[in-house]
This record gives sequence, C-alpha cells and structure tokens, in this order.
Amino acid sequence: MSHHLVRLEDVHFSYPDGTPALRGVSFELHHGESVGLVGANGAGKSTLLLHLAGVLFPSSGRIRVGDWPVTSETLGNVRRSLGLVFQDPDDQLFMPTVADDVAFGPLNLGLPLEEVATRLSGALERVGAAGLGPRPAYRLSGGEKRAAAIASVLAMSPDVLVMDEPSSGLDPAARRRLIGLLRSFEHTKIVATHDLDLVMDVCARTVVLREGGVAADGPTASIFGDSALLEACHLEKPLRLQGCPRCGE
Amino acid sequence: MTRTDGITAALSHLGRLDELAGANTPIARVDPRAKLVTTAAFLVTVASYGRLEVSALLPLAAFPLALFALGDVPLRPILSRMALVAPFAVLVGAFEPFLDRQPLGTFGPVVVTAGWASFASIFLRFALSVSAALLLVATTGLDAVAAALAWFRVPRVLIVQLLFLYRYLFVLSEEVARSLRAHALRSPDHPSPRLRIAGSMLGQVLLRTLERAQRIHVAMLCRGFDGEVRLRRPLRARLSDFAFIACWCAYFGLCRAANLPRLLGIAVHGAG
Amino acid sequence: MHMSDALVSPAVAASMWAATTVASVASARALGRRPDDRRVPLMGVLGAFVFAAQMVNFSIPGTGSSGHLVGGLLLAILLGPSAALLVMASVLAVQALFFGDGGVLALGCNIFNLGVLSSFVAYPFVFAPVAGTQPTRGRLALATVLASVVALQIGSLGVVIETALSQRTSISLGTFLLLMQPIHLAIGVIEGLITAALILFIRDARPELALGNLNATVSRPSLRRLAVGTLLAAAVVAGVLSWFASSAPDGLEWSLARASVGTRAGTQSGAPQGPSLRSPEPTTVLPAETQPGPESQERLLHAVGRKWPKIDASESLSGLAGVAMTLALGGLLAAGLRLVRRSSRPTPPP
Repeated sequence: MSHHLVRLEDVHFSYPDGTPALRGVSFELHHGESVGLVGANGAGKSTLLLHLAGVLFPSSGRIRVGDWPVTSETLGNVRRSLGLVFQDPDDQLFMPTVADDVAFGPLNLGLPLEEVATRLSGALERVGAAGLGPRPAYRLSGGEKRAAAIASVLAMSPDVLVMDEPSSGLDPAARRRLIGLLRSFEHTKIVATHDLDLVMDVCARTVVLREGGVAADGPTASIFGDSALLEACHLEKPLRLQGCPRCGE
Repeated sequence: MTRTDGITAALSHLGRLDELAGANTPIARVDPRAKLVTTAAFLVTVASYGRLEVSALLPLAAFPLALFALGDVPLRPILSRMALVAPFAVLVGAFEPFLDRQPLGTFGPVVVTAGWASFASIFLRFALSVSAALLLVATTGLDAVAAALAWFRVPRVLIVQLLFLYRYLFVLSEEVARSLRAHALRSPDHPSPRLRIAGSMLGQVLLRTLERAQRIHVAMLCRGFDGEVRLRRPLRARLSDFAFIACWCAYFGLCRAANLPRLLGIAVHGAG
Repeated sequence: MHMSDALVSPAVAASMWAATTVASVASARALGRRPDDRRVPLMGVLGAFVFAAQMVNFSIPGTGSSGHLVGGLLLAILLGPSAALLVMASVLAVQALFFGDGGVLALGCNIFNLGVLSSFVAYPFVFAPVAGTQPTRGRLALATVLASVVALQIGSLGVVIETALSQRTSISLGTFLLLMQPIHLAIGVIEGLITAALILFIRDARPELALGNLNATVSRPSLRRLAVGTLLAAAVVAGVLSWFASSAPDGLEWSLARASVGTRAGTQSGAPQGPSLRSPEPTTVLPAETQPGPESQERLLHAVGRKWPKIDASESLSGLAGVAMTLALGGLLAAGLRLVRRSSRPTPPP
C-alpha cells in the first residue's frame, strides 16, 4: 500500500479582491518522491505552497499532509510534518545568529535543551554549514543564507520539505552545492522554481501549473520534452535541452 | 554624497562592533551581568562628579582603558565613533568659558576660569561615558547583553524587540541606502532628497517593510511560533565575576572619595 | 536632542529612569493583555525602519538646512502607544550602546523625552482628538502636524529641564529655552509633514495596515491614567531625589573657598603634571601656616558643614516645578484642542 504523504483534492482559492488563484488543483505525493512545481509567474505556485503549510485555506477542496487534514485546528501537527523554505532567506532568518534561527523551531516544539542542541548541530551539519552557528545572518553570503534557512527548517525533522525558488540569487558554485544537497535528502520534496535545470537534476516528477490549474503532471523528462506544452504554459525547455549542438533544435 | 556613505559607514561600524564581541578574550569571558552592573556603576560614578571636577575624573579612565587592553578592542573604530558623536556635548560645553569667567587659579602664566574647567569636565565625562557604553557592547555582544537583561527581569517583549530590531537594521538600512543612491544618481544637482520626494521614498520603503513583516510572521508561524520567543542562553556566574564587580566598584568608590592625582602630587612633592 | 551622560546628574537620570521604567513595564503589561503574534515582527522591522529613516537627511526647501525624522509619533499612529514606546526605547538603546548617540545613563531621559511624551501625551491628547475616526486627508495631516509639534516641543522642554536640574552647565534656563524651543518648533513641523505623508501613503496603498487597525487598542481612559501616573512618578521621584542630591560641596564653592584661603593656589582642575609639580608649593587643603580670613572661613564651614540628605526646599521645589510645567503644558494643549475638536469622541474599539 503506497502511503500518500501529501494530497490535494480539487483545491480552489481566490484572493480577497476576487482574483482566482487556484482552480481545482489535485495531486498526490508519495513517500520519498521529489516533485518539481513549475509555471509562469502568477500561475499559483507560491499560493499553493502557502496552502500546504496552512497559511492560506482553500475556499473549497481538501488538503492532507501525512495523517492530518490541513485545518486551523491541526496546524501545529501539519507544521511539524511539513517544512517550508521561503524565497527570501532574510524573511526566514530573523534571529540574531544562525544558531538561534536553527534552534527556533525545536524550541517552539517544546523540546528539552539538550535535544535542541543535538538538532541544531545535526541540521547545520546536514547542510554543510557546521561553522555558521555563531555567525549573524547579515554577514552571510547568499549561498550561506540559503543553507542556514534550510537548516532552520530541517531542525524540525519534517517528513516533507517544500521549497520556494531555492536557487534564486545563488552563484553557480552555490547553486551546484544546493543541487547536491537536495539530491542527498531523503525527504519527500516539493520544489517550486523557475530553474528548470535544477528540476531536471533533483526531481523525477514535475507538475506544471497554468493560471491556477494543473496543466500537466508526469515524469520530468517527458514534460520537458514537450515543447508545445511548455510554450502554452509560458515556459521554455531547460537550458541544457535547448540548442542541441548536433541537431540544432 | 554624504548620506549614503554615512549609512554604509554606520552599518559597517555596527557590524564590526558585534564581531569584536565574538573574540575569546579575558573580558569576553566575564559574565555579561557583571559587565552590565560594573558599567552602570561606572556611569553613575562619572556623572556624580561636580561641574568643575577634572583631575579627579582622570583615574576613572582606567576602566575603559582596561577593557580596551583586555578585550583586544581596536582603538580606531571606537575613537572615530566617539568623534562622530562628540559635537553635541562639545557644543554645549563650548559655551562654558564664555558664561563662567570666575577665575579659579593660575596654570603657569595663564588664568584658568571656572568656565574652562567646566568645559574640560564635560568633555572628559563625555569621553568616559561614551567609551564605556561602546566598550560594553564591543566586549559583550548584543546577545549576551540581552540575556543579562532578561535575567534582570526586563520585560521579554522589550528584549525580543531589541533582538529583532538589531537583526533587521542592516536589511532596512541597506534598503534606505539603495533608495538614496538611486535618487542621487538621477538627481545630480540635489543629491539630498527634498521633502516631498523623501516622503515618497520613505513611504515605499515603509510599505516594503510592512510587507516584509507579514512574510516574517508567516515564516515564524511555519516554524511553530505561538507568540512567545524562547531564548536559549544559560548564564553561569563564577567567583571571578563577583570579584570583577567588587574590585572595580571599590576602585570607583576610591576615585570618587579622594582626588587621586592630587594625592599623587602631594605624595611626590610632600605636603606644603 | 539626545541627552548626553556628560550633562546629566545621577539624581535626574535616576528619576527619569524611574518614570521610563514605570511607563515601559505598564506598556509591556498592556501588550501582554492583548496578545497578537503579528506584533513581534512588525515592531522589529518598524523599529529598524525608524532607525534607518533617522539617517535620512532631507533638505528643507527655502531654508538651506536639513532635518530628519524622529519617528515617535509615526510609531504611535501605526502601532498604538504601548508598542510604540517599547519600539522607541529599543531604537534609542541601540543608538546609545552601539553608536554612543545619547548616554546610557541618560537613556532614561531620552526614552522619556522622545518616547513617553509622544506616545502618552502627544498621541492621545493631540492626535487622537483632532483626527477622530475615519479622518479625511486634511484632517489626518493636521492632526499629525499638530501632534508632532507638541511632541517635539515638550520633548525639547524635557531636555531643557533635565539639563537645568542637573546643573552641569552654566547656560541659564532662559537662554537654553530660547535656543531649543524655536528650533524644535521648526523640526516639529517638518517631522509632522513627513509623518503625515507616510501615513497617508500607507493608508492609500494598504488601508488595512494604516492607523487603528494595528493598534494594541487601549481605550482612552486607561491611557490617561497611564500618562498621569507616569508624570506623577517623575514628579515625585524628581522632587525626592533632589533632596538627596550630592551634598559634597559644589565644585565651584569648594574652589572659591580654597582660592580665598591659599596664597599660591593652583587650580583644582590642573592636569596631573600641572601646577602641583611645577609650582613651588603644591596646593593643599588647608595650608597650616595661612590664616583664613573670617568670610572665607565661614564660606568654607558652610561648604563643608552640609549634612546628607540635603533638605533644601528651593531645590526640591525647582524639581517639582519643572515637572509641573510639563504637566501643565500638556494639559493646556489638550484642553485647548478639545475645544477645537468638532466630531464626537472616538468610541473605544471592542
């Protein structure tokens, strides 16, 4: 029996001013899967992610994370199971030092101080940032901030890791390190991004959003091979698939 | 274009000061509460001197000088910072020689008036108190100061506010600096923005600030925030910390009770 | 406008710290009664905004000079008085500790002058009555400018009074007043205009974030109680502490006494390698061979003979008078503005 870890059923959502953002989104994620969420700006990627974390609630439809339906009563449990890494690390690193930020989640979970310390060092090690603990956030490079932000979420030991534009603003080396890191994670992953090449490296499956609805959902390779689909969704092929030197496509 | 330079300079100063506190020096190892209490005692002592006291104040300089030395604190950033904030005190003090011409005595051929004594006193007290404040942070760091304040039962909401403020100073100052720079580049004759423009610029930054606050709030919620920020710094006082407080306070008391340079002068030359 | 440690006496600093502490603890409690987890990041970034905005100097058209925002009123309008005080306190604390802008001992004075007075006097007694509920653009701007002017006037009055009571400078009260008040009148107008522009901007762009909606809404009666309570605390402490002001003879009198006693008196304030080493006879307290004259002897005894605490009615009175003036000024303005106000009192939000 495959265990659904994340499940969206016909989710609809409109902004307070009436603009529809999500129109009947449905998909399921299984344990250990890596899914890339792609689409044009305004297609609804970020809105969808906020629904998963219970920050926004759908006007109709249901969302389930692990054993929990996402409702205002179950938020505590949902957020223990699902960690969301934001687009701007400055929004996520709000404590004086990196160590304080990484410890923030475990402290809120009510864990004893020794356990917090263990989680803290473990999370920093995991992202390859063991020495960053005492450093203040403003002194970090883009890549270091990104790693620290990820560590702050990992410290809560979520089952599902959701990331919004993780590679934006990173230099090529930092980006490469990030890709390596993501590939090494065993968590179930959802990565919303414009970086289609990253999706090819990290995610076996891709969901394409277009104007609030799911335009396609399938293996990454076949989706990125479908030029017509990509164009209809205001996307392009990943850079590495463009301008093949041999066949000139 | 002094304003953006001013902001960037201020930012780097801020960062450097905090960085200094990370060093592992004998002073850094003293419990932050001890340093806080001692600095407070120092400031009160300095402020308690009369208007015309100058030489009696001098031995108190031992405290900031000790912090400098034992804390491996570089002189330059502290001194330049002091120079920047000196003008106000100097300005007020500069009136003294004109307002108070009561002669006090002679210094060689020159007649020293009470006004000059007062000026010197103000300046000296300014230098002592500002250096002590800057050195407190340079040798302790905001984190540790916050932990000390929490121990002294300062309301948690204020401490959290200090930490958040400090954290976002850099982000905000850079945004303001960017706005100013963008303005200056498009306004070669008036690098300093005029009132209306300044209002609009600040308005944009303020709006972005409020939106950022919402995003941070969401990020906090996603990590289980329930309204209470928990701090995780255990403080452990040692005997050496009590000794630190006791010795320095005794020294301050001694300086206050007796005019040490005068006594030194008498000791060297004998009683008249 | 920041007071420096060099100009404040321990007694004044202590009384202002007491008043500020009362106001701050009360504010923290008020916030605790209505928890709102949006507040933590909002206060933090707004504090950072005010800090950064203070670094922006803008040129004032026609005058060739420049001014900058202080921010106390802006914070009060956006956050409500309790949160605004705490944010202002944090901004001033960082300025004092990290930049030496304003003394740490004088921090109590500065928080009082720039935070307590704008949050608990200017905001409830000037801004709120003039603005009312749902103000028009013009009304909002007027309320902001008026409140800003009042806030800065009583703030700078606070500086003047604290400096005068500390007796660390010879500038007379009158001269200092003449120097400070007019300048801060102009600054108040500028600050009011900028604050008004910002508030209007926010209200147009994001009405849900503008005034009132973010307040840790404290109804007016308890605000008044808090304001009066704080000012009373300051009055009492200032009066009492001035009784306990240092009874060590004031430096001037001491030196005068000695100057009239010693024949070859060096200055009291020479540097260590000054007259005490150069002049043939170092100064001493009471050179045994010199007979002091009757007047100077009397003066000396008077200087030395003061007991502790010094129950000097005139000094306590001046302390009380200073605070009474502040209270009176705030009260007069409030009464006057209430006469001007036309719309009905805003009902306290649920």
